[in-house]
Amino acid sequence: MIPSLPHLKESPSQTAGPYVHIGLIPHQAGFDIFAKNFSNVLVGPDTVGERIRIEGRILDGSGAPARDILVEIWQANAAGRYNHPADRQEDKPIDPSFRGWGRTGTDFETGLYTFETVKPGSVIGRKGHRPMAPHVNIWLAARGINIGLSTRLYFSDEAEANAQDPVLNIIEPRERRETLIARREERRGEVVYVFDIRLQGDRETVFFDI
Amino acid sequence: MSVERIRSDVRGITPEDPLGLDSEFIQRDRSIHPPAFTPNYKTSALRSPRIPLWSLQNSLSEVTGPVFSPDEIGPLDNDLILNYAKDGEPIGERIIVHGHVLDENGRGVPNTLVEFWQANAGGRYRHVNDRYLAPIDPNFGGCGRTLTNADGYYAFRTIKPGAYPFRNHVNSWRPAHIHFSIFGSGFAQRLITQMYFEGDPLLRHDVIARTIPDPEAVKRLIAPLDLDAAVPLDCLTYRFNIVLRGRRSTLFENKLQGN
Ligand SMILES: [Fe+3]
Repeated sequence: MIPSLPHLKESPSQTAGPYVHIGLIPHQAGFDIFAKNFSNVLVGPDTVGERIRIEGRILDGSGAPARDILVEIWQANAAGRYNHPADRQEDKPIDPSFRGWGRTGTDFETGLYTFETVKPGSVIGRKGHRPMAPHVNIWLAARGINIGLSTRLYFSDEAEANAQDPVLNIIEPRERRETLIARREERRGEVVYVFDIRLQGDRETVFFDI
Repeated sequence: MSVERIRSDVRGITPEDPLGLDSEFIQRDRSIHPPAFTPNYKTSALRSPRIPLWSLQNSLSEVTGPVFSPDEIGPLDNDLILNYAKDGEPIGERIIVHGHVLDENGRGVPNTLVEFWQANAGGRYRHVNDRYLAPIDPNFGGCGRTLTNADGYYAFRTIKPGAYPFRNHVNSWRPAHIHFSIFGSGFAQRLITQMYFEGDPLLRHDVIARTIPDPEAVKRLIAPLDLDAAVPLDCLTYRFNIVLRGRRSTLFENKLQGN
Protein backbone atom coordinates (compact mmCIF):
# COMPACT_ATOMS: atom_id res chain seq x y z
CA MET A 1 0.00 0.00 0.00
CA ILE A 2 1.29 3.44 -0.85
CA PRO A 3 0.49 5.79 2.01
CA SER A 4 -0.98 9.15 1.16
CA LEU A 5 1.66 11.73 1.95
CA PRO A 6 1.21 15.46 1.84
CA HIS A 7 2.02 16.50 -1.69
CA LEU A 8 2.82 20.10 -2.38
CA LYS A 9 3.39 21.61 -5.78
CA GLU A 10 6.66 23.17 -6.83
CA SER A 11 6.77 26.96 -6.66
CA PRO A 12 6.44 28.38 -10.17
CA SER A 13 9.53 29.86 -11.77
CA GLN A 14 9.82 33.54 -12.65
CA THR A 15 12.39 35.33 -14.77
CA ALA A 16 15.59 36.39 -13.01
CA GLY A 17 15.11 39.81 -14.62
CA PRO A 18 17.64 42.35 -15.90
CA TYR A 19 19.12 43.00 -12.45
CA VAL A 20 19.96 39.41 -11.49
CA HIS A 21 23.56 40.58 -11.01
CA ILE A 22 22.63 42.51 -7.87
CA GLY A 23 21.72 39.41 -5.98
CA LEU A 24 24.04 36.81 -7.42
CA ILE A 25 27.10 38.63 -8.79
CA PRO A 26 26.88 42.09 -7.20
CA HIS A 27 30.29 43.17 -8.46
CA GLN A 28 28.95 43.09 -12.02
CA ALA A 29 26.01 45.27 -10.92
CA GLY A 30 28.62 47.83 -9.88
CA PHE A 31 29.14 47.43 -6.13
CA ASP A 32 30.65 45.19 -3.48
CA ILE A 33 28.75 44.07 -0.44
CA PHE A 34 29.66 40.52 0.65
CA ALA A 35 32.94 39.53 2.29
CA LYS A 36 33.01 36.29 0.29
CA ASN A 37 31.74 36.12 -3.25
CA PHE A 38 31.02 33.24 -5.57
CA SER A 39 32.88 33.34 -8.84
CA ASN A 40 33.75 31.83 -12.19
CA VAL A 41 37.06 30.45 -10.88
CA LEU A 42 36.46 26.89 -9.69
CA VAL A 43 40.10 25.99 -9.13
CA GLY A 44 42.56 26.75 -6.36
CA PRO A 45 46.29 26.05 -6.21
CA ASP A 46 45.69 22.52 -4.86
CA THR A 47 42.99 21.45 -7.29
CA VAL A 48 43.88 18.25 -9.15
CA GLY A 49 43.49 18.05 -12.91
CA GLU A 50 44.06 19.66 -16.28
CA ARG A 51 43.42 23.41 -16.10
CA ILE A 52 40.97 24.57 -18.74
CA ARG A 53 39.11 27.70 -19.63
CA ILE A 54 35.54 27.57 -20.91
CA GLU A 55 34.50 30.54 -22.99
CA GLY A 56 31.55 31.42 -25.14
CA ARG A 57 28.65 33.63 -26.01
CA ILE A 58 24.92 33.14 -25.67
CA LEU A 59 23.07 34.12 -28.81
CA ASP A 60 19.40 35.06 -29.04
CA GLY A 61 17.02 34.29 -31.88
CA SER A 62 18.32 37.23 -33.92
CA GLY A 63 21.89 35.98 -33.59
CA ALA A 64 22.89 38.81 -31.24
CA PRO A 65 24.89 38.01 -28.11
CA ALA A 66 22.78 38.28 -24.95
CA ARG A 67 24.83 40.41 -22.55
CA ASP A 68 22.95 39.94 -19.29
CA ILE A 69 22.74 36.19 -18.80
CA LEU A 70 23.52 34.43 -15.53
CA VAL A 71 25.53 31.28 -16.23
CA GLU A 72 26.22 28.55 -13.68
CA ILE A 73 28.18 25.34 -14.15
CA TRP A 74 28.22 22.14 -12.10
CA GLN A 75 30.68 19.39 -12.81
CA ALA A 76 32.56 16.37 -11.52
CA ASN A 77 36.23 16.61 -10.55
CA ALA A 78 39.13 15.38 -12.66
CA ALA A 79 38.55 11.82 -11.40
CA GLY A 80 34.89 11.92 -12.41
CA ARG A 81 33.30 12.28 -8.99
CA TYR A 82 30.86 14.93 -7.80
CA ASN A 83 31.55 16.63 -4.48
CA HIS A 84 28.15 15.65 -3.10
CA PRO A 85 26.97 12.81 -0.83
CA ALA A 86 24.66 11.29 -3.44
CA ASP A 87 27.75 10.40 -5.49
CA ARG A 88 28.87 7.09 -4.03
CA GLN A 89 31.57 6.18 -6.55
CA GLU A 90 33.90 5.23 -3.69
CA ASP A 91 36.62 4.10 -6.11
CA LYS A 92 37.20 7.72 -7.13
CA PRO A 93 38.60 10.37 -4.78
CA ILE A 94 36.79 13.54 -3.75
CA ASP A 95 39.04 16.58 -4.31
CA PRO A 96 38.59 18.74 -1.18
CA SER A 97 39.80 21.79 -3.08
CA PHE A 98 37.20 21.47 -5.81
CA ARG A 99 33.50 22.11 -5.19
CA GLY A 100 32.67 21.85 -8.87
CA TRP A 101 30.31 24.81 -9.06
CA GLY A 102 30.80 28.29 -10.49
CA ARG A 103 28.77 31.29 -11.49
CA THR A 104 29.23 34.27 -13.79
CA GLY A 105 27.37 36.65 -16.08
CA THR A 106 27.89 37.31 -19.77
CA ASP A 107 29.88 40.53 -20.18
CA PHE A 108 27.82 43.71 -20.68
CA GLU A 109 30.09 44.72 -23.60
CA THR A 110 31.48 41.60 -25.26
CA GLY A 111 28.74 39.12 -24.34
CA LEU A 112 31.42 36.59 -23.36
CA TYR A 113 31.26 34.30 -20.35
CA THR A 114 34.29 32.43 -19.05
CA PHE A 115 35.10 29.83 -16.39
CA GLU A 116 38.46 28.69 -15.05
CA THR A 117 38.15 25.06 -14.08
CA VAL A 118 39.56 21.56 -14.60
CA LYS A 119 38.48 19.09 -17.20
CA PRO A 120 36.07 16.65 -15.51
CA GLY A 121 36.51 12.89 -15.65
CA SER A 122 33.95 10.42 -16.89
CA VAL A 123 31.05 9.75 -14.48
CA ILE A 124 29.18 6.46 -14.11
CA GLY A 125 25.81 6.33 -15.88
CA ARG A 126 22.43 5.10 -14.71
CA LYS A 127 22.11 1.44 -13.86
CA GLY A 128 22.54 -0.56 -17.05
CA HIS A 129 23.83 2.46 -18.96
CA ARG A 130 27.32 3.19 -20.19
CA PRO A 131 29.51 5.70 -18.36
CA MET A 132 28.86 9.31 -19.28
CA ALA A 133 31.52 11.08 -21.32
CA PRO A 134 33.22 13.97 -19.51
CA HIS A 135 30.77 16.86 -19.43
CA VAL A 136 29.89 20.08 -17.63
CA ASN A 137 26.29 20.84 -16.64
CA ILE A 138 25.19 24.37 -17.49
CA TRP A 139 22.25 26.35 -16.17
CA LEU A 140 21.10 29.73 -17.54
CA ALA A 141 18.76 32.34 -16.09
CA ALA A 142 18.05 35.88 -17.32
CA ARG A 143 15.62 38.54 -18.36
CA GLY A 144 13.31 37.04 -20.97
CA ILE A 145 13.97 33.50 -19.77
CA ASN A 146 10.98 32.32 -17.76
CA ILE A 147 12.45 29.13 -16.39
CA GLY A 148 16.12 28.21 -15.95
CA LEU A 149 17.55 26.44 -18.99
CA SER A 150 19.65 23.30 -18.54
CA THR A 151 22.18 22.05 -21.04
CA ARG A 152 25.48 20.15 -21.11
CA LEU A 153 28.92 20.88 -22.50
CA TYR A 154 30.91 17.96 -23.96
CA PHE A 155 34.51 18.10 -25.20
CA SER A 156 35.60 17.96 -28.86
CA ASP A 157 38.70 15.90 -28.02
CA GLU A 158 36.60 13.12 -26.46
CA ALA A 159 35.07 11.87 -29.70
CA GLU A 160 35.25 8.23 -28.68
CA ALA A 161 33.63 8.75 -25.27
CA ASN A 162 31.06 11.11 -26.77
CA ALA A 163 30.05 8.45 -29.28
CA GLN A 164 29.21 6.12 -26.35
CA ASP A 165 27.55 8.73 -24.15
CA PRO A 166 24.05 7.67 -23.00
CA VAL A 167 22.68 11.23 -23.16
CA LEU A 168 24.19 12.40 -26.45
CA ASN A 169 23.01 9.17 -28.03
CA ILE A 170 19.32 9.76 -27.45
CA ILE A 171 19.30 13.16 -29.18
CA GLU A 172 17.66 13.23 -32.59
CA PRO A 173 18.25 14.34 -35.22
CA ARG A 174 21.86 13.44 -34.49
CA GLU A 175 23.10 16.69 -36.04
CA ARG A 176 21.77 18.44 -32.94
CA ARG A 177 24.33 16.60 -30.78
CA GLU A 178 26.92 18.91 -32.30
CA THR A 179 25.36 21.85 -30.43
CA LEU A 180 26.68 20.33 -27.17
CA ILE A 181 30.32 19.90 -28.23
CA ALA A 182 32.81 22.57 -27.11
CA ARG A 183 35.71 23.19 -29.50
CA ARG A 184 39.20 22.75 -28.03
CA GLU A 185 41.71 25.48 -28.81
CA GLU A 186 45.18 26.16 -27.50
CA ARG A 187 46.11 29.78 -26.97
CA ARG A 188 49.57 30.64 -25.68
CA GLY A 189 49.76 27.33 -23.85
CA GLU A 190 46.29 27.67 -22.35
CA VAL A 191 43.58 25.15 -23.13
CA VAL A 192 40.35 26.89 -24.05
CA TYR A 193 37.06 25.23 -24.88
CA VAL A 194 34.81 27.48 -26.91
CA PHE A 195 31.12 26.86 -26.31
CA ASP A 196 28.51 29.16 -27.80
CA ILE A 197 24.90 28.58 -26.77
CA ARG A 198 22.06 29.41 -29.16
CA LEU A 199 18.81 30.09 -27.35
CA GLN A 200 16.72 29.92 -30.49
CA GLY A 201 16.80 29.56 -34.23
CA ASP A 202 19.38 28.08 -36.55
CA ARG A 203 21.36 25.38 -34.69
CA GLU A 204 19.40 25.95 -31.48
CA THR A 205 21.27 24.35 -28.56
CA VAL A 206 19.75 21.23 -27.06
CA PHE A 207 18.16 22.08 -23.71
CA PHE A 208 17.09 19.40 -21.29
CA ASP A 209 14.09 18.81 -19.10
CA ILE A 210 15.97 17.28 -16.21
CA MET B 1 29.16 19.30 8.75
CA SER B 2 26.95 20.63 5.99
CA VAL B 3 27.72 17.63 3.81
CA GLU B 4 26.71 15.35 6.66
CA ARG B 5 23.44 17.16 7.00
CA ILE B 6 22.65 16.78 3.34
CA ARG B 7 23.78 13.16 3.44
CA SER B 8 21.05 12.48 5.95
CA ASP B 9 18.59 14.14 3.58
CA VAL B 10 19.52 11.95 0.64
CA ARG B 11 17.29 8.95 1.09
CA GLY B 12 17.48 5.63 -0.60
CA ILE B 13 21.25 5.27 -0.83
CA THR B 14 22.04 1.63 -0.16
CA PRO B 15 24.94 -0.65 -1.02
CA GLU B 16 22.71 -2.05 -3.78
CA ASP B 17 22.32 1.44 -5.21
CA PRO B 18 25.77 2.99 -5.16
CA LEU B 19 24.60 5.74 -7.46
CA GLY B 20 22.08 7.05 -5.01
CA LEU B 21 19.64 7.15 -7.88
CA ASP B 22 16.85 5.95 -5.64
CA SER B 23 16.92 9.59 -4.70
CA GLU B 24 16.10 10.88 -8.15
CA PHE B 25 13.61 13.68 -8.46
CA ILE B 26 9.96 13.58 -9.38
CA GLN B 27 9.49 14.79 -12.94
CA ARG B 28 9.00 18.54 -13.05
CA ASP B 29 5.36 19.49 -13.69
CA ARG B 30 5.87 21.99 -16.50
CA SER B 31 2.18 22.99 -16.49
CA ILE B 32 2.63 25.06 -13.34
CA HIS B 33 5.58 26.98 -14.79
CA PRO B 34 5.53 29.65 -17.49
CA PRO B 35 6.19 28.38 -20.99
CA ALA B 36 9.40 29.67 -22.58
CA PHE B 37 7.60 31.76 -25.20
CA THR B 38 5.25 34.33 -23.64
CA PRO B 39 4.76 37.08 -26.23
CA ASN B 40 3.13 39.54 -23.80
CA TYR B 41 6.47 39.56 -22.01
CA LYS B 42 8.29 40.78 -25.07
CA THR B 43 11.87 39.92 -24.13
CA SER B 44 10.94 36.24 -24.11
CA ALA B 45 10.28 36.31 -27.85
CA LEU B 46 13.94 36.06 -28.89
CA ARG B 47 15.18 34.19 -25.83
CA SER B 48 12.84 31.21 -25.79
CA PRO B 49 13.96 27.87 -27.20
CA ARG B 50 11.46 26.74 -29.81
CA ILE B 51 12.38 23.07 -29.95
CA PRO B 52 10.85 20.98 -27.12
CA LEU B 53 13.21 20.20 -24.25
CA TRP B 54 14.80 16.74 -24.28
CA SER B 55 13.57 14.82 -21.25
CA LEU B 56 16.38 13.18 -19.29
CA GLN B 57 16.12 10.56 -16.62
CA ASN B 58 18.21 11.72 -13.67
CA SER B 59 21.85 10.72 -13.59
CA LEU B 60 24.40 11.65 -10.96
CA SER B 61 24.77 14.96 -12.80
CA GLU B 62 21.25 15.99 -11.81
CA VAL B 63 20.80 14.48 -8.33
CA THR B 64 23.98 16.12 -7.07
CA GLY B 65 24.58 19.84 -6.64
CA PRO B 66 26.78 22.34 -4.86
CA VAL B 67 27.01 22.30 -1.07
CA PHE B 68 27.52 25.62 0.75
CA SER B 69 28.85 26.08 4.24
CA PRO B 70 27.95 28.64 6.92
CA ASP B 71 31.44 30.17 6.88
CA GLU B 72 30.81 31.46 3.35
CA ILE B 73 27.97 33.65 4.63
CA GLY B 74 28.68 36.86 6.55
CA PRO B 75 26.84 37.76 9.76
CA LEU B 76 24.92 40.64 8.10
CA ASP B 77 24.21 38.90 4.81
CA ASN B 78 20.58 38.30 5.87
CA ASP B 79 20.00 41.87 7.07
CA LEU B 80 19.43 44.25 4.17
CA ILE B 81 18.73 47.09 6.60
CA LEU B 82 22.31 46.93 7.87
CA ASN B 83 24.40 45.17 5.23
CA TYR B 84 24.97 48.31 3.13
CA ALA B 85 24.27 50.99 5.75
CA LYS B 86 26.84 53.79 5.33
CA ASP B 87 25.77 56.84 7.35
CA GLY B 88 22.32 55.69 8.45
CA GLU B 89 19.65 53.14 7.72
CA PRO B 90 17.74 52.83 4.43
CA ILE B 91 14.46 54.67 3.85
CA GLY B 92 11.26 52.65 3.74
CA GLU B 93 8.93 50.24 5.43
CA ARG B 94 10.90 47.82 7.62
CA ILE B 95 9.90 44.20 7.10
CA ILE B 96 10.98 40.66 7.91
CA VAL B 97 10.45 37.91 5.34
CA HIS B 98 10.48 34.38 6.67
CA GLY B 99 9.29 30.91 5.80
CA HIS B 100 10.34 27.40 4.94
CA VAL B 101 11.98 25.88 1.92
CA LEU B 102 10.10 22.59 1.48
CA ASP B 103 10.11 19.84 -1.07
CA GLU B 104 6.99 18.52 -2.77
CA ASN B 105 6.72 15.86 -0.08
CA GLY B 106 6.36 18.57 2.54
CA ARG B 107 9.76 18.07 4.13
CA GLY B 108 11.98 21.01 4.98
CA VAL B 109 15.09 21.33 2.79
CA PRO B 110 17.93 21.86 5.28
CA ASN B 111 21.11 23.86 4.84
CA THR B 112 20.32 25.13 1.38
CA LEU B 113 21.43 28.49 0.00
CA VAL B 114 18.68 31.10 -0.42
CA GLU B 115 19.63 34.38 -2.14
CA PHE B 116 17.40 37.43 -2.62
CA TRP B 117 17.59 40.80 -4.33
CA GLN B 118 15.23 43.72 -4.80
CA ALA B 119 14.68 47.39 -5.59
CA ASN B 120 14.77 50.01 -2.83
CA ALA B 121 11.65 51.63 -1.35
CA GLY B 122 11.38 53.94 -4.38
CA GLY B 123 11.56 51.10 -6.91
CA ARG B 124 15.18 51.73 -7.96
CA TYR B 125 17.84 49.04 -8.21
CA ARG B 126 21.49 49.57 -7.32
CA HIS B 127 22.61 48.43 -10.76
CA VAL B 128 24.64 50.08 -13.49
CA ASN B 129 21.87 49.37 -16.01
CA ASP B 130 18.92 50.73 -14.00
CA ARG B 131 18.09 54.24 -15.25
CA TYR B 132 14.75 54.72 -13.50
CA LEU B 133 14.42 58.28 -12.19
CA ALA B 134 13.72 57.27 -8.56
CA PRO B 135 16.83 57.89 -6.44
CA ILE B 136 19.40 55.38 -5.27
CA ASP B 137 19.29 54.99 -1.49
CA PRO B 138 22.88 55.48 -0.28
CA ASN B 139 22.29 53.04 2.58
CA PHE B 140 20.65 50.24 0.67
CA GLY B 141 22.42 47.58 -1.39
CA GLY B 142 19.38 45.44 -2.10
CA CYS B 143 20.72 41.91 -1.82
CA GLY B 144 21.30 39.23 0.77
CA ARG B 145 21.58 35.52 1.35
CA THR B 146 21.21 32.89 4.02
CA LEU B 147 21.24 29.14 4.59
CA THR B 148 18.11 27.34 5.75
CA ASN B 149 18.36 25.65 9.16
CA ALA B 150 17.83 21.95 9.87
CA ASP B 151 14.07 22.37 9.37
CA GLY B 152 14.35 24.30 6.12
CA TYR B 153 13.50 27.60 7.85
CA TYR B 154 14.98 30.92 6.71
CA ALA B 155 14.45 34.58 7.59
CA PHE B 156 15.83 37.97 6.59
CA ARG B 157 15.19 41.61 7.33
CA THR B 158 14.78 44.25 4.66
CA ILE B 159 12.87 47.29 3.36
CA LYS B 160 9.66 46.73 1.43
CA PRO B 161 10.56 47.31 -2.24
CA GLY B 162 8.71 49.85 -4.35
CA ALA B 163 6.90 49.24 -7.64
CA TYR B 164 8.73 50.33 -10.80
CA PRO B 165 7.96 50.75 -14.51
CA PHE B 166 9.73 48.77 -17.19
CA ARG B 167 9.85 48.92 -20.95
CA ASN B 168 7.37 46.37 -22.17
CA HIS B 169 4.13 48.19 -22.82
CA VAL B 170 4.24 51.95 -22.19
CA ASN B 171 2.52 51.48 -18.85
CA SER B 172 4.01 48.21 -17.66
CA TRP B 173 4.74 48.37 -13.94
CA ARG B 174 6.15 45.65 -11.78
CA PRO B 175 4.29 45.09 -8.51
CA ALA B 176 6.49 45.17 -5.41
CA HIS B 177 8.52 41.96 -5.47
CA ILE B 178 11.63 40.28 -4.13
CA HIS B 179 13.67 37.98 -6.39
CA PHE B 180 14.68 34.61 -4.92
CA SER B 181 17.30 32.07 -5.97
CA ILE B 182 17.26 28.63 -4.32
CA PHE B 183 19.48 25.58 -4.80
CA GLY B 184 18.02 22.55 -2.99
CA SER B 185 20.29 19.55 -2.61
CA GLY B 186 20.49 18.52 -6.29
CA PHE B 187 21.12 20.74 -9.31
CA ALA B 188 17.77 19.59 -10.76
CA GLN B 189 16.05 21.48 -7.91
CA ARG B 190 17.61 24.79 -8.91
CA LEU B 191 14.96 27.52 -9.02
CA ILE B 192 14.72 31.28 -9.46
CA THR B 193 11.40 32.93 -8.70
CA GLN B 194 9.83 36.08 -7.25
CA MET B 195 7.83 36.84 -4.12
CA TYR B 196 4.87 39.22 -4.26
CA PHE B 197 2.99 40.97 -1.47
CA GLU B 198 -0.58 40.27 -0.38
CA GLY B 199 -3.09 42.82 -1.64
CA ASP B 200 -0.92 44.52 -4.29
CA PRO B 201 -3.26 46.03 -6.95
CA LEU B 202 -0.51 45.93 -9.60
CA LEU B 203 -0.24 42.16 -9.44
CA ARG B 204 -3.24 41.44 -11.65
CA HIS B 205 -1.76 43.66 -14.39
CA ASP B 206 1.76 42.26 -14.19
CA VAL B 207 2.93 40.62 -17.42
CA ILE B 208 5.67 38.73 -15.56
CA ALA B 209 3.36 37.11 -12.99
CA ARG B 210 0.93 36.41 -15.82
CA THR B 211 3.48 34.34 -17.70
CA ILE B 212 2.35 31.65 -15.23
CA PRO B 213 -0.71 30.13 -16.88
CA ASP B 214 -2.50 28.95 -13.72
CA PRO B 215 -3.78 31.74 -11.40
CA GLU B 216 -3.71 29.25 -8.51
CA ALA B 217 0.02 28.79 -9.07
CA VAL B 218 0.56 32.57 -9.00
CA LYS B 219 -1.10 32.65 -5.58
CA ARG B 220 1.70 30.48 -4.20
CA LEU B 221 4.11 33.34 -4.91
CA ILE B 222 2.09 35.85 -2.88
CA ALA B 223 3.34 36.26 0.67
CA PRO B 224 0.62 36.97 3.23
CA LEU B 225 1.13 39.48 6.00
CA ASP B 226 2.10 37.53 9.16
CA LEU B 227 1.07 40.01 11.82
CA ASP B 228 1.68 37.59 14.69
CA ALA B 229 5.34 37.47 13.73
CA ALA B 230 5.74 41.26 13.50
CA VAL B 231 8.23 42.90 15.83
CA PRO B 232 6.16 45.42 17.83
CA LEU B 233 6.99 49.06 17.08
CA ASP B 234 9.70 47.95 14.64
CA CYS B 235 8.95 45.60 11.71
CA LEU B 236 6.06 44.02 9.82
CA THR B 237 6.51 40.41 8.75
CA TYR B 238 5.55 38.46 5.62
CA ARG B 239 5.57 34.68 5.31
CA PHE B 240 6.86 33.10 2.11
CA ASN B 241 7.18 29.34 1.76
CA ILE B 242 9.06 28.00 -1.25
CA VAL B 243 8.51 24.50 -2.61
CA LEU B 244 11.22 22.65 -4.55
CA ARG B 245 10.89 19.39 -6.45
CA GLY B 246 10.50 16.28 -4.32
CA ARG B 247 12.47 13.07 -4.43
CA ARG B 248 10.77 10.06 -5.88
CA SER B 249 11.86 7.60 -3.21
CA THR B 250 10.08 9.47 -0.45
CA LEU B 251 6.78 8.45 -2.01
CA PHE B 252 7.56 4.92 -0.91
CA GLU B 253 9.52 5.43 2.27
CA ASN B 254 6.72 4.21 4.52
CA LYS B 255 6.25 1.00 2.62
CA LEU B 256 6.94 -2.09 4.65
CA GLN B 257 9.11 -3.61 1.97
CA GLY B 258 11.62 -2.01 -0.30
CA ASN B 259 10.69 -0.42 -3.57
FE1 LIG C 1 12.73 43.08 -10.28
